[in-house]
Amino acid sequence: MSKSGILKSSLAKKYAMALTGLFLCLFLVGHLAGNLQLIFITGAEGQQAFNEYAQFMTTFPLVKILSYLTYASVLFHVVDGIVLTMQNRNARPVGYVKENGAANAKWASRNMGILGTIILVFLVSHMQSFWYTMHFGEIPLHNGLKDLHSVVLQFFSPENALGLVAVIGYVLAQMAVAFHLSHGFQSGFQSLGVRHAKYTPIIEWTGMAFALLVPALFAIIPIFLYITQL
Amino acid sequence: MDLTLKVWRQNGPQDAGRMETYPVSGVSPDMSFLEMMDMMNDQIIRNGGDPVAFDHDCREGICGMCSMFINGEAHGPNRGTTTCQLHMRSFKDGDTITIEPWRASAFPVVKDLAVDRSSFDRVIQSGGYISVNTSGETLDANAIPVPKGQADDAFSAATCIGCGACVATCKNASAMLFVSAKVSQFALLPQGQPERATRVQRMVEQMDKEGFGNCTNTGACAVECPKGIDLSNIARMNRDYLSASAKEE
Repeated sequence: MSKSGILKSSLAKKYAMALTGLFLCLFLVGHLAGNLQLIFITGAEGQQAFNEYAQFMTTFPLVKILSYLTYASVLFHVVDGIVLTMQNRNARPVGYVKENGAANAKWASRNMGILGTIILVFLVSHMQSFWYTMHFGEIPLHNGLKDLHSVVLQFFSPENALGLVAVIGYVLAQMAVAFHLSHGFQSGFQSLGVRHAKYTPIIEWTGMAFALLVPALFAIIPIFLYITQL
Repeated sequence: MDLTLKVWRQNGPQDAGRMETYPVSGVSPDMSFLEMMDMMNDQIIRNGGDPVAFDHDCREGICGMCSMFINGEAHGPNRGTTTCQLHMRSFKDGDTITIEPWRASAFPVVKDLAVDRSSFDRVIQSGGYISVNTSGETLDANAIPVPKGQADDAFSAATCIGCGACVATCKNASAMLFVSAKVSQFALLPQGQPERATRVQRMVEQMDKEGFGNCTNTGACAVECPKGIDLSNIARMNRDYLSASAKEE
């Protein structure tokens, strides 16, 4: 076999998909921990704490390295996903007249591309709202720090004409994340060959718990911010 | 039983093909699906038509020849059976049954419901064997100790009959279940060890060359497999390929 064989093989694309996907699961945990400050520390104290956190996350060198790794993972996961999907389409140029996909596979597992696309659209809009504003946009200062806290609160506020739309959009996107994770988490382990009679049920259970809990906690935050500002 | 059959007709590989409807009456619930197909063909021939081409051989679920995508599922609605083991009692009087060939670019249609599955043969030829001399001086297999669990898993993998239901079912037309079963049946036994790394690399390379899709772990293949080949074989192949590629000099 040629030395570059592995890079071209279908399995290598799956390893890349799994590794980037599982890394992004870790990213979600970190991101969630940061976001939850918006609920647990409120008022002026919360504003100061969140803005200090945002300052730290955008300047600390180790975090910056991690964030570049995250951008790269998202990009790779998306491009790899598109390549895999196109190859899979080509593998069946003539489809079935009648196909009962629900008989043998879960809905999420059959629609990872669509779910991923929804998440990507959300991601672009989400980064434009907060990441771009924090890095390059015009942002008010508070105690000498960029006041991302106020930007977030304003974004999910009843006073904002699109505040409710933003909350609903966010919650819907989290549902897509939940379905994506419900298949993706355990699928990542399978692609890497991690399967064992004893441990696979634990991985599957953890994956389902992760898919339910993480997006649910993310979704609670904008709902909480909207309601408390009514 | 009276049935309406919607069958894919295609004169040859280059023909565009179309669905055609055939009413069949007097079907016994005890008939196998293939016997019902024979009955339909008999009717077509008596009417001066061209009978529907479909693959079949042993008619007892062990050869892997019969295919057919029946009502949206490989080998029809039942689990753990081939089409020859599917009986008409699984359907109701008055049912409309849609019958299509396996769909995959690596399984081109030869005629009607018969597809060319020689891509599977080429995957086997690329490494699905052990290189030992079998001319007379063969060792007794029982002389080599194999742990019971490992032997059981190897035999389970070896029950794959290469029918192609996994490919037909997979939304990506991936051949991972088939190839991983053929990799595993040797990877689990001492006799398979000398060629273990090159075998998995060559077979995966050939699988990709044949134009099968990529596995997305939907698990549909294992549900539809008439022999119950398990997804753990795919994980084993993923593992073996990774380790073989990492160790390659």
